[in-house]
Amino acid sequence: MNALVVESLSKNFGGLTAVQGLSFELHEREILSLIGPNGAGKTTVFNCLTGFLPLDSGDVRLGDRSLKRLRPHEICRLGMVRTFQIVRPFLNISVLDNVLVGAMLRERSLARARAKALEVVEFVGLGRFSNALAAVLPLPLRKRLELAKAIATRPRVLLLDEVMAGLNPTEVDELIQLIRAVNQEGISVLLIEHVMRGVIALSQRVIAINYGQKIAEGRPEEIVKNPAVIEAYLGREFLESQG
Amino acid sequence: MKRLYLLLSGVFAVLILLPLLLDKYVIGIFVMIFYYAYLGQAWNVLTGYTGHISLGHALYVGIGAYISTYLAQQLNLTPWVGMILGGIVAVLVASCIGFLGFRFGLRGVYFVILTIAFAEIARLVVCHIKPLGGFAGIFLDFRPSFYNLQFRGNVPYYYISLGLMAGSVLFVRLLEVSRMGRLMIAVREDEEAAQALGVDSFKYSMLAMGISAFMTALGGTFFANYVYYISPNTVLSMGLSIELILRPIIGGLGTALGPVLGSFILTPLSEISRSYFAKGGLEGLHLILYGVLAVLVVLFMRRGILLYLRRALAPVLRLEP
Repeated sequence: MNALVVESLSKNFGGLTAVQGLSFELHEREILSLIGPNGAGKTTVFNCLTGFLPLDSGDVRLGDRSLKRLRPHEICRLGMVRTFQIVRPFLNISVLDNVLVGAMLRERSLARARAKALEVVEFVGLGRFSNALAAVLPLPLRKRLELAKAIATRPRVLLLDEVMAGLNPTEVDELIQLIRAVNQEGISVLLIEHVMRGVIALSQRVIAINYGQKIAEGRPEEIVKNPAVIEAYLGREFLESQG
Repeated sequence: MKRLYLLLSGVFAVLILLPLLLDKYVIGIFVMIFYYAYLGQAWNVLTGYTGHISLGHALYVGIGAYISTYLAQQLNLTPWVGMILGGIVAVLVASCIGFLGFRFGLRGVYFVILTIAFAEIARLVVCHIKPLGGFAGIFLDFRPSFYNLQFRGNVPYYYISLGLMAGSVLFVRLLEVSRMGRLMIAVREDEEAAQALGVDSFKYSMLAMGISAFMTALGGTFFANYVYYISPNTVLSMGLSIELILRPIIGGLGTALGPVLGSFILTPLSEISRSYFAKGGLEGLHLILYGVLAVLVVLFMRRGILLYLRRALAPVLRLEP
């Protein structure tokens, strides 16, 4: 069963083709990683999936529902939520109130939404900071907050855009545990990531893209040895020099 | 928090008794303090809580003033009903502006220009509508009675304006802890991030625009019946649009008490310095004082005097951070 199906998705910016005929599916309860060099079109894919950019052609389906032409908040309501690569906390309100914004999506009652938000804040390990202003959090904690806000909307599909970038190895390992726990709750995860430690530890499958096209797909340990992937990251010359 | 509410109740009680002690001139200054605090609060609902900057709020003051006055003169309709009708028209106009701005993604300065454009167009159009008095404006007939919202002396106006201000503070306080208020704040902080969490930013922006316009229009009706004279260059002017945003900005945007604090500082400053300096032949000096104060606040109390004080007084009042 597929949680999310992407069918020959294309997106151009003027003359520049950012994504070209990309198709893939995310299975129910799976963790799938989307990797590729800088500028490969990963974040554009996220923006198209979540309604922040209109698709030029192709289709995106969540369950059996087409998401074409839906606006971002409608897509979130249907159960797919994203985080932003450059984290976007609501700076001037408390950590708890940040998460509460997400929690209010499914809870009409404020009291119950707050209880849910508190639960999520504890879950991501920000319990000590729940009354602090989001503005005082350092980057690693802001990444957790970004995750907490998204989880609080109770998604079926979670799109994470480089949540591990800029973290040290210990912090990466903590985040890996966290994402695994989220996944065990039954949430399917699509991960954009450069931190290979995270990709390999978490994902059941990996899709590599370059210039907006899929160049490889498979298990993580296969993907890192795939010549097309190595060429995309390190160049043809490197590949040839290795024999 | 409890101490703060206690303090505010005390202040409110003092304000209720104050007219017994003061002379007519000082009561008049208080009416202006309350009136501008109220208008600032109305603007604060939009800009302080959703972050969309309107520089054309005089438009709604004008709508409230002109509609209730015109209906009172032509149909002898009580301004108490006229102000509601004015409020409804203001909501409709604000919805048009909001729709254009929010639907087509006009943000920042472009939205500001849109609001200015509508207000200026309205001012110029009214200047040429004969039944509304054109440039010269309308002198209201003075027929004091509760029905006509006109009174001898300043005391009834004092209590009406105090009621408007206190009511608006209470409303905004309730709003900011409500579901709607919290979603509006999310839109203010980061509109796209809010959308990503399922917040319909268009809906909450429109709601804020409507509430703000309605409140502002009520203020317009009050003002018309307080000064008995309205003209395009007073109630529809760019100057008024700027005047009414200064108090929340200096007092503290996005707080329930900021506009009140700002008005208690700026309005007396303007009234007293205006009459004081005018005697010495220094008209307009109060504007320089405004400017200096605004610069000082922006430099040293970035988010307004209220949040600055709040931090300083938190231990005394036992506030949460």
